[in-house]
Amino acid sequence: MNSNVNVLGLSREVYKGAASTLCAGCGHNSITNNLIKALFDYGVDPYKLAKMSGIGCSSKTPAYFVERAHGFNGVHGRMPSLATGAKMANRELMVLGISGDGDTASIGLGQYCHMIRRNVDATYIIEDNGCYGLTKGQFSATADRGSVLKKGAVNEFETIDVCGLAVELGATFVARSFSGDGKQLIPLLQAAFSHRGIAVLDVISPCVTFNDHEGSTKSYNYVKEHHAVLHTPDFFPGSREITVDYEPGTVQEIEFDNGDRVLLRKLERDYDASDRIGALRVMHEARERGELVTGLLYVDTTARDLCERERLPEKPLAHMNEADLRISREDWAQLMLS
Amino acid sequence: MNTANDLTIRAATVNGSGSQSANLVLTNAIFRMGIPVAPKNVFPSNIEGLPTWFDVRVSPQGYQCRSRDVDILVALNPATWHADVGDVRSGGVIIHEAAYAVTGTAARDDVTYYAVPFTKLAKEHVSDGGLRKYLTNMIYVGVLAHLLGIEAETIEAAVRGQFKRKPKAVDTNMDAVRLGIEYAANNLTKSDLYRLQPMSGKTEGKLLMDGNSAAALGCVMGGCTVVAWYPITPSSSLCESFIQYCERFRVDKDTGKRKAAIIQAEDELAAIGMVFGATWAGARALTSTSGPGLSLMAEFAGLGYYAELPGVIFDVQRAGPSTGLPTRTLQGDVGFAYTLSHGDTKHIVLLPATIAEAYEFAMQAFDLTDRFQTPVFVLSDLDLGMNLWMTQPLAYPEKPFDRGKVLDAEKLEEVRSWGRYRDVEGDGIPYRTLPGTEHPLAGYFTRGSGHDEQANYSENPVVYQTNLDRLARKHDTARTHVPQPVVDERGHEAAIIAYGTSHHAVVEARDRLREEGLETDYLRVRALPFSPDVTAFIERHERVYVVEQNRDGQLHALLRAELPANLVERLHSVRHYNGVPIDAAAITEPLLAAEKPVLA
Repeated sequence: MNSNVNVLGLSREVYKGAASTLCAGCGHNSITNNLIKALFDYGVDPYKLAKMSGIGCSSKTPAYFVERAHGFNGVHGRMPSLATGAKMANRELMVLGISGDGDTASIGLGQYCHMIRRNVDATYIIEDNGCYGLTKGQFSATADRGSVLKKGAVNEFETIDVCGLAVELGATFVARSFSGDGKQLIPLLQAAFSHRGIAVLDVISPCVTFNDHEGSTKSYNYVKEHHAVLHTPDFFPGSREITVDYEPGTVQEIEFDNGDRVLLRKLERDYDASDRIGALRVMHEARERGELVTGLLYVDTTARDLCERERLPEKPLAHMNEADLRISREDWAQLMLS
Repeated sequence: MNTANDLTIRAATVNGSGSQSANLVLTNAIFRMGIPVAPKNVFPSNIEGLPTWFDVRVSPQGYQCRSRDVDILVALNPATWHADVGDVRSGGVIIHEAAYAVTGTAARDDVTYYAVPFTKLAKEHVSDGGLRKYLTNMIYVGVLAHLLGIEAETIEAAVRGQFKRKPKAVDTNMDAVRLGIEYAANNLTKSDLYRLQPMSGKTEGKLLMDGNSAAALGCVMGGCTVVAWYPITPSSSLCESFIQYCERFRVDKDTGKRKAAIIQAEDELAAIGMVFGATWAGARALTSTSGPGLSLMAEFAGLGYYAELPGVIFDVQRAGPSTGLPTRTLQGDVGFAYTLSHGDTKHIVLLPATIAEAYEFAMQAFDLTDRFQTPVFVLSDLDLGMNLWMTQPLAYPEKPFDRGKVLDAEKLEEVRSWGRYRDVEGDGIPYRTLPGTEHPLAGYFTRGSGHDEQANYSENPVVYQTNLDRLARKHDTARTHVPQPVVDERGHEAAIIAYGTSHHAVVEARDRLREEGLETDYLRVRALPFSPDVTAFIERHERVYVVEQNRDGQLHALLRAELPANLVERLHSVRHYNGVPIDAAAITEPLLAAEKPVLA
């Protein structure tokens, strides 16, 4: 097999998009690059990919990958509703939502919560830099309490932990990672693609222009010093055998509906990604310590997604015609009698 | 006074006391006699305890509008007893709970009183305490049947129809009806002239239906598959009807799979967002709401207009501003809906007046929204949506869906080049592709920010203005594609323009005006943007009265904004806006006053 093409026979070029117009060094650009690699390696069908976003720096990024896929840069904080509608219309689409911390945790908090509650089958990436970039650096709701703005203002308010919230709301896949850690981010992304249901990935992504200074808790330096990694994930498509040897008890294997698996290699601490309460405890403790804890925080592969709950047929609703959808003449005549 | 088959019965009861079944039985029984009915439910925003009124208007002509004259009052609410008595016309009839004192303002010498001990009768004859308050209402149906001449068999047929799914309830309810009939026969001496007699020629082949059910059927037949909604009076029953029809007609009996996604959203922001997500991905999608919800949808309405997304938004109007009167009717959203959202935004707005139009416009809205790739608003109102109306059976659609300008993989292969926002035919309407189309040229980037023909981000002044002008051209194209006005014109100088449910009051008003010697022409607007026919019609008339149910004369203002200056002064605004459906007198009185110089 030509290693320059993926399982679909597509080259990496196909997974690229327009040139980024974000600042040089922006964490979001790293996420885009990791995403391109994840999508390419995974073999995502560009024609089935629906790239959805809201408004903000993060939400511009769907233009920067898989150019031939359909993209939708909607309105601020409303990506979840657009993504939900798109998935209902055509369940064959692979819905990939990209949002930011303002887009998700402030203006879009309601939609974020309800998309999670509904367990819409979609990947939801939060490119999280703790500030509003396009409007020149105001705090967002994910800024940590005590974090300092470039001009000296201190954030007095409690942070909204989008991962803790997601777990609380019954999210079925919650992960946190760092834009610069491709080794961790790429397998997590691929696991998210395979997960049926909502997969939330909060990716800390420093804003080099407005939030990368001393006193910020979302700077490159801060992350480097306070990064606590839970485990090393490895993603294995169902078609591929797991060939690597692991010490018994050092690995948690999670198998998705489609047969794909993610292996979580334990580091110094024991972590069970299927333990909801444990996940909440670890996140709380990390926040108290000012640590950035990353990894697959929580996963439940058994929950029904919205398509199932809505009892949708296999054939996408978008492909249905008059014969599928109209009441028959006989039933109609009967109906008009009653 | 002709008192046969020409009267309004008002039941004044307490909300939550179960009078709805009794009122529907009464309505249906009269309808079964071949007599046209026009029921109007005037109810409170309340679950239990506040006053509620149900008017059944009966007229040999089949007028469907409200009449402000109450001929027969059934008084079963002590809280409104005095005021209700005051609403009865001179010569009218009052059937009341015997315990109410006929004293003070409740004592009139120009009406006939029939005292009936409803509570006592119910107590003595209905053993089930839980059912007692409901069955009290069926007793007044019996009393009315005796006094007006409705056969017990006719009532029974109506009761069977009402309790189709609860056959056990038929006997208990009929017992209560018979109790009323017997009491009236043994204790009341008829001393009024009102009566009902079977007639023919007006109701044959017709049925009674509410506008929200008709609209839901239009959505089913129009191929709607994704519905996202947030509960709000008076629109909730539209989506609830859609759910019922889908459970009945769209579910695969073997697999249980349903060919519709119906999501109760967290708010109207999300509801309309889901609609646009769904239409973008190729489904036909609906949300239904009322004024407060429409306000929340302003943001997405602009995206729909600018990014050119289909989507049907039903606004079952209620009285605003703000929360306003949630259970009262108005045509107060016309101006707002037409330009909903910031910037230069203009929408297609359909204005159904009848049950048939609630159904047909709902269906047509899906074709128009796909054809024009822009949101389509259907502005119904509480009166049309929640009241029962006589209608011909709804016609089975003979035309296939019009999905508009969509390029699939095959067509893309033929054209080799396309631009999402390129005007190919000069009608302002571009082509689109759907996600999932397997062709390298299919993908494009939808956005609410400035964009060029290829859908790429652009802040270029020329590109921006060219695009806005194309959108205006598209809007102009719609003028002749939306439902065209209905015109009744015989060369008279004075004319009426109306829309939506105001139509039914215009029908009666024109008859009344004719009796007074004033002949009028009539044009009914059925959609925005205005058809060129509207301007032409105004040009042919000296004085044009624009009748509508809002304070500010919103359609009148839209007309003034579009008409040439020399025509503007021909328009006169006639408005009714108290939350109760418009009646003929609201039109005849101002018109006769204004036309007095001409008539004299």
